[in-house]
Amino acid sequence: MSRIVLDGIAHSYRSNPQGAADWALKEVNHVWEDGQAYALLGPSGCGKTTLLNLISGLLTPSRGRILFGDSDVTDMPPEARNIAQVFQFPVIYDTMSVFDNLAFPLRNRRVPEAEVRTRVEEMLRIIDLQDKAKRKAANLSADEKQKISLGRGLVRSDVNAILFDEPLTVIDPHMKWVLRSQLKHLHKRFGFTMIYVTHDQTEALTFADKVVVMYEGEVVQFGTPEELFEKPRHTFVGYFIGSPGMNVLPASVDGREAILGGNRISLSGSYERAVTAEIGVRPEFVRVARAGEGLPVQIRRVEDLGRFRVVRASLEGHEVNAVVGEDQELPAEASLVFDPARVNVYVDSHLVEPRA
Amino acid sequence: MEKPWNNKAWFLVLPVIVLVAFSAIIPLMTVVNYSVQDTFGNNVFFWAGTEWFEETLQSERFWAALGRNLVFSFIILAIEVPLGIAVALAMPRKGIGVPVCLVLMALPLLIPWNVVGTIWQVFGRIDIGLLGRVLADFGIYYNYTQNPLHAWITVIVMDVWHWTSLVVLLCYAGLVSIPDAYYQAARIDGASRWAVFRYIQLPKLKHVLLIAVLLRFMDSFMIYTEPFVVTGGGPGNTTTFLSIDLVKMAIGQFDLGPAAAMSIIYFLIILALSYVFYTVMTQTGRDRETGR
Repeated sequence: MSRIVLDGIAHSYRSNPQGAADWALKEVNHVWEDGQAYALLGPSGCGKTTLLNLISGLLTPSRGRILFGDSDVTDMPPEARNIAQVFQFPVIYDTMSVFDNLAFPLRNRRVPEAEVRTRVEEMLRIIDLQDKAKRKAANLSADEKQKISLGRGLVRSDVNAILFDEPLTVIDPHMKWVLRSQLKHLHKRFGFTMIYVTHDQTEALTFADKVVVMYEGEVVQFGTPEELFEKPRHTFVGYFIGSPGMNVLPASVDGREAILGGNRISLSGSYERAVTAEIGVRPEFVRVARAGEGLPVQIRRVEDLGRFRVVRASLEGHEVNAVVGEDQELPAEASLVFDPARVNVYVDSHLVEPRA
Repeated sequence: MEKPWNNKAWFLVLPVIVLVAFSAIIPLMTVVNYSVQDTFGNNVFFWAGTEWFEETLQSERFWAALGRNLVFSFIILAIEVPLGIAVALAMPRKGIGVPVCLVLMALPLLIPWNVVGTIWQVFGRIDIGLLGRVLADFGIYYNYTQNPLHAWITVIVMDVWHWTSLVVLLCYAGLVSIPDAYYQAARIDGASRWAVFRYIQLPKLKHVLLIAVLLRFMDSFMIYTEPFVVTGGGPGNTTTFLSIDLVKMAIGQFDLGPAAAMSIIYFLIILALSYVFYTVMTQTGRDRETGR
């Protein structure tokens, strides 16, 4: 298997979907390249798990096709696909020992017992549970159980992609860190394609080569962590990625200027005229200056986050955040200056590019 | 951590102790009192010691009834538990079928024992009963009043009809509480239908099955009303269970002493067997290596 192609797939849990709200997953066209690590990021109920279950075959899409390499697997059951899935809560077979848990997918596929033994023993070493091989899996801790779930996926020689559905949710914070680095290490070593669902942006950004952001059943952006940060394609991505999120302000746009109330904000390019547009600028690209230099604001609060401070200000009744250094003086009468190159323009929540 | 120790806490359990005393301990002690004495009426009692216990344990009648009880309970468990699991597995998990099935399953449980007995008594009669007549038309002369086998079949079918629902409902509750992820993981692991049952559903049903087995064992071991209504313990003594014998002895013959001794033995047998069931079912599947 090489790459996974989603060709116009959409899914509805209703038998006869009517409006847009009936679709848990609106049309998605996407290619997952072989061996890459992807994070699937989005709020609860945005269709992440639906998308994952469609890829693994637990669900059959209402529309569209799924290709693994060149072969169409749309109607194939999950056990026939070269895919493993790790769930939010560790799934272990309570009555079996750790060894038998890991051997289960192999024995179901009628792998000869000698090979089962060597593969399971290797997997026990990889997930570091050799000394617990004979223990009943039910008596292990949550992180050990989750390692078994992962091991059951990796133990099969035919697996080329592993899907993770928020696998670290029930793990203690310090073990989370350990498991995450082990997972990263395993990914490097085995080279499987990894699709990792999470709603934790730190997890997504540290893990993945590419991040897919979903919102209300749609893929709103696909890109590297840098792209998500610098050029959010949807205002939701702006809010969701970064802490604090992007400042989004209603404005009308005409040419090289955006007009917000009585203020003019210069833009880096020339845009089509739009009366109800929004401008987005990250707090990192907002500078606090003395009154008169930029947009007049009232500073409401300053939060010290350790390495930097967040200035929460009010501009024409809208909240605007700015990130300033620890030792920067804040003027009593302040104004804000937006870096024109970093101001994005949105119409209907979607990013618009300047005219060429 | 040091546990706080306060004897005043006993006051909090006092209401329960009083309640249990009136409902269980005091009646039981009365029975114990009867079992070691003899009476000829007029509230005059003589000390009898262990005489009644010895008599009971040496009586063939007691052992025969006890044997019938054990066979009956064994058959009941062997039929109702697998059947209950099978029906629960076949029940729908969502949609309009769920409430319909649940109500249908609950119906037999709502019917009083003696009514169930009467229903089956009429149903099975060869002259006017639907079942008896139809079977007779096929050349099977089904007669629970004269044929011991037919009497047994009637009593067992009646109990299965009445109580399998309880096992079904308990198992169904256990099944619906299994998270979807288990089934999904099993599909990805390529597990067969049987493997899903054996390694996911059955282990997760362990606790409800323990309750089901205990309830059905205790109840079936105390069977009284149905055979009393349908067969009256006959033909001959073939459906005379311990409880029927006990009532005959205590109320029919007014032998309070032997009846009390028998009650206590009966009670101890149920207690001991329930304990065995409980221990066996909670011990299996434990990690022997770690002793947990």
